[in-house]
Amino acid sequence: MTTDQSGGVPWLTQDDLPVETYQIVAPDGSYEPSTVPDLTDDELIDLYRWMRVEQRYAERMVKLQRRGEMGTVASGRGHEASIVGSGYPLAEDDWLIGMGREVTAMLLQGVSFRDMILYWRGIETAGRALAEQNCMIGISIGGHVPMVTGIGWGMDLADSDAVVVAHFGDGATSTGAVHEGINFAGVLDVPAVFYCQNNQWAISTPFEQQTNANTLAQRALGYGIDGIRVDGNDVLAVYRAMTAARERAREGRPVFVESMTYRVDAHTTSDDPSRYRDDEEVEAWRERDPVERYRGFLEAEGLWGQVDDDAIIGEIDDEFDAAVAAANAIEDRAVDAIFEHVFEELPPGLADQLEGFKALAEERPAIADHIEQRPKG
Amino acid sequence: MATDTPQRTIVEAVNDALHAEMAGDDRVVVFGEDVAESGGVFRATDGLKDDFGADRVVDTPISEIAIVGGALGLAVYGYRPVAEIQFSGFLPIGFDQLVSHAGRMRARTEGAWSASMVVRTPYGAGVRALEHHEESLEGAYAHIPGLKVVIPSTPADTKGLLLSSIRDPDPVLFMEPKHIYRSFREAVPEGDHTVPIGEAAIRREGEAVTVIAWGAMMEQAAEAIEQLGVDAELIDLRTISPMDTETVVESVQKTGRAVVVHEAHRSGGWGAELVASINDEALMYLEAPVERVTGFDVPVPLLSMEDYYLPNPPRIAAGIERVLEY
Repeated sequence: MTTDQSGGVPWLTQDDLPVETYQIVAPDGSYEPSTVPDLTDDELIDLYRWMRVEQRYAERMVKLQRRGEMGTVASGRGHEASIVGSGYPLAEDDWLIGMGREVTAMLLQGVSFRDMILYWRGIETAGRALAEQNCMIGISIGGHVPMVTGIGWGMDLADSDAVVVAHFGDGATSTGAVHEGINFAGVLDVPAVFYCQNNQWAISTPFEQQTNANTLAQRALGYGIDGIRVDGNDVLAVYRAMTAARERAREGRPVFVESMTYRVDAHTTSDDPSRYRDDEEVEAWRERDPVERYRGFLEAEGLWGQVDDDAIIGEIDDEFDAAVAAANAIEDRAVDAIFEHVFEELPPGLADQLEGFKALAEERPAIADHIEQRPKG
Repeated sequence: MATDTPQRTIVEAVNDALHAEMAGDDRVVVFGEDVAESGGVFRATDGLKDDFGADRVVDTPISEIAIVGGALGLAVYGYRPVAEIQFSGFLPIGFDQLVSHAGRMRARTEGAWSASMVVRTPYGAGVRALEHHEESLEGAYAHIPGLKVVIPSTPADTKGLLLSSIRDPDPVLFMEPKHIYRSFREAVPEGDHTVPIGEAAIRREGEAVTVIAWGAMMEQAAEAIEQLGVDAELIDLRTISPMDTETVVESVQKTGRAVVVHEAHRSGGWGAELVASINDEALMYLEAPVERVTGFDVPVPLLSMEDYYLPNPPRIAAGIERVLEY
């Protein structure tokens, strides 16, 4: 408590709350060996491989988008440790309700490259594939968080051992849905982890303009739950924090994790960050590259010799090429597809709209021609 | 048997339906503001917590987004949530959860997930309540794809439609006409009793004019018809969306005249959709333009002036006369 000089009123201020950033490997590569998570050598190398997946996937997706073979794409460059470290500790039955910038976390749950390509091509089949792995992408900023609480509530009622993880960004934390969802989770003691990737930019809005809070982690206390701020460019710290978060959640203690990272790429392929931020800032963060930092750790541990980086990239590329081929092989769908899953049963009025359109399209081929000729990327 | 059938009001029928379905289906979970300990501000959920326990009947924070979003998550996980929004005037806070998520969940996942959930909410004016306690925005909700909107007007239908709504594989917004929550009793079948969603009811058969209404306006429309002594056909729409256009159109084709009555605002209200549907399929049968008797395009007034806002039997009668005399 800070005592007000003028009247002795004991204000509570955020400066009274020192929020540490949990870190295992410092940006300069130094670390205290006893703090390293208890992972096998193979697992430590596997973490590196997954970060390369996140990185390479983003590069390949952006290329596809530039060639007109993809809709808008959101890159996870800069977030490799934040994403991989958050997904690696999850169990098969866990649920992951994300925002679209957590690809490898979903791949770790069983989603495929093909599904992600289909998703960003705007093909609903991807939504089904994600759902079958207990995953969803919520594009409406923060709006998916209350549903995460509901899923956790269901897990609790069903005595499940699983947890549900929400991914969202710093911008989402300004929405009412995030506050209401997390507050309710605290009331219900649901097994949920609220994982916020604070990449410091919500399109063009910097974190300082998003909130006057020093940190997002401190918000956890306001919700009456536990929170942590972790260095999101330190994969071991994220992994360890999420492992602990998952255990707490399973005990019925929802947690808030703020992962401090940086979006080195544009918000999406539709965005031009040169309009709102300096190259120097981006360069400074590129020098804190999470993959490079972890490579240094593997070298220090004497494990780097076991890593064949070219082979890893070759394997990822082969897998990605096969996924593109599989995505290209998806058959074109008839217009029925957009009517089919609105309700379990198609109501008569909706059936009339569909039949009416099909009859008209049959009668006037110009409609189909027009649709055919519109660019799809 | 019939003598054993209890006489219930609409709000008692809600309570009866919830008891019946919670007893019959362990997946049903009831929650909302003040629903458990106090049994709801209208006592719609009275006794549920005693009968089914604190795990399945839950008081929530004052948090409409979390209530609707929480229902969605439970539904996706396999439960059958029945969430109460204490007054429909508070539902716009949670509207985004219906529009952006619940109504799209089946389409988003190509049917892998669905939002089999019910949001119950008392709607409408006429009870001398405060601001935000008297709205009728069914037209706005009916505009949302993937969301069903149901409004009963009788106790037996209330139970039957609520049971159907809870069992429906898709999200249902169940709007309860609180103005007539306790205004009359009728026999409500015990145990299992369902009324199909998407079917209107013809409450009174007639040849001269078709009057279409729902919820609390049914009483008002019936009284107007009574006062005029006209041979009107009175349709209770019961489900706003998906609408039973067939019943409406068949009736209008028979009578050649139609009046739509709703207490919601006029412009862009569901009456406009009814007029359009009648024009689509019964234009050449019409002897007169379809009349709308509705609330005005003004915020629902506070209690001192709400009677100026609400359609009443004389106003409805004037509307019926206009189409008859056209």
